[in-house]
Amino acid sequence: MYWNWKIGGFVLGVAFLLAVALVKPIGVSTQFVILDGMIANVFNSELIKENKESKTGYASTNDYLNKSGGKYAKAVANPTNYSFIFVLCMVLGGYIGRLMTRSENNKKIDQVPACHKQCFGENAAIRYLISFAGGVIVLWGARLAGGCTSGHMMSGMMQTAVSGYLFAFAAFAAAVPVAIFIYKKKED
Amino acid sequence: MEIFLAVFLGTAFGFVLQRIGAADPDKIIGMLRLTDMHLVKTILTGIGVSSSILFLGMMAGVIDSGHLSVKSMHAGVPLGGVLLGIGWAISGFCPGTGLVAAGSGRKDALFFIMGGLVGAGLFMLMYGALAETAVFNSLLGGKVTLSQTEKYEALVSGFNGTLFAVLIAAGFIVLSIKLPRSLR
Repeated sequence: MYWNWKIGGFVLGVAFLLAVALVKPIGVSTQFVILDGMIANVFNSELIKENKESKTGYASTNDYLNKSGGKYAKAVANPTNYSFIFVLCMVLGGYIGRLMTRSENNKKIDQVPACHKQCFGENAAIRYLISFAGGVIVLWGARLAGGCTSGHMMSGMMQTAVSGYLFAFAAFAAAVPVAIFIYKKKED
Repeated sequence: MEIFLAVFLGTAFGFVLQRIGAADPDKIIGMLRLTDMHLVKTILTGIGVSSSILFLGMMAGVIDSGHLSVKSMHAGVPLGGVLLGIGWAISGFCPGTGLVAAGSGRKDALFFIMGGLVGAGLFMLMYGALAETAVFNSLLGGKVTLSQTEKYEALVSGFNGTLFAVLIAAGFIVLSIKLPRSLR
């Protein structure tokens, strides 16, 4: 069903390589902040302002959007920037990938993962709650670290960044015991 | 031109993540439980391939080292990494694969994305207070790499950056070949 690791790994490497060769290293988690900023900007027109004194020409009343000379504030004010469009198109890529899988085996997607069923039963509501809670922790953590699995781990280690290796080590050191603890299989 | 590249590269990356199984929570949790090492082998190969060609390409002058973007090392990196790891293990998604999974038709991924927007929003509101602590202070020299490039300093300088990067990359590829399909 999925590509084997040799083909998959090679193509994954080419994707990261093309991005850095043509534009810049791949990163995702910042765009959650940018989308939050866009949503907040609808309700609070004071949030983002053009400001000639700031380095990027934009400033924000929020400290995070205002940091590095209003870099994030500028992205919020200009939604058609490279990084945001890149991340939106990843959703499209997932859709196309799924279409190919479907034509292979015509199987409907199982909304509750098998590992979840084994531990928590068929109830989809519990799975949705766990996914939501996971999302809160993942993105808060990613922002504290300054990147996620794509930006820190893959792009970082590709560039031999010290921060990338230490991030990957910390993420796996926490994730492996938690996964083993939560998703105990019956036969274990 | 840049927007065209964003559409092409973003779609391609999302497609690849779906095709290697990274947008499937069962595959992620199988990897983290050490019972299905398929994704680890894929990721290690991916880093090895991209890193070796990147450094060779920069040496040959085909790839502009100005495109590199190394992230700063600070106490938040391992702390945030631990938090991300916990949420990753609970949900089976990380930010990128959550988006791709939503595109592939997973409803649980939509809930992950909503949670992610809440988490990122909370961080935005707390950033002012966090910035006053030592959590973002540079450690180990901040934006440093193991292999010297034109743009960034290396942690330990004095040897050939390209050669070292290719050796590390080769190590990742050997590791991905040697790793068994399951560790437990």
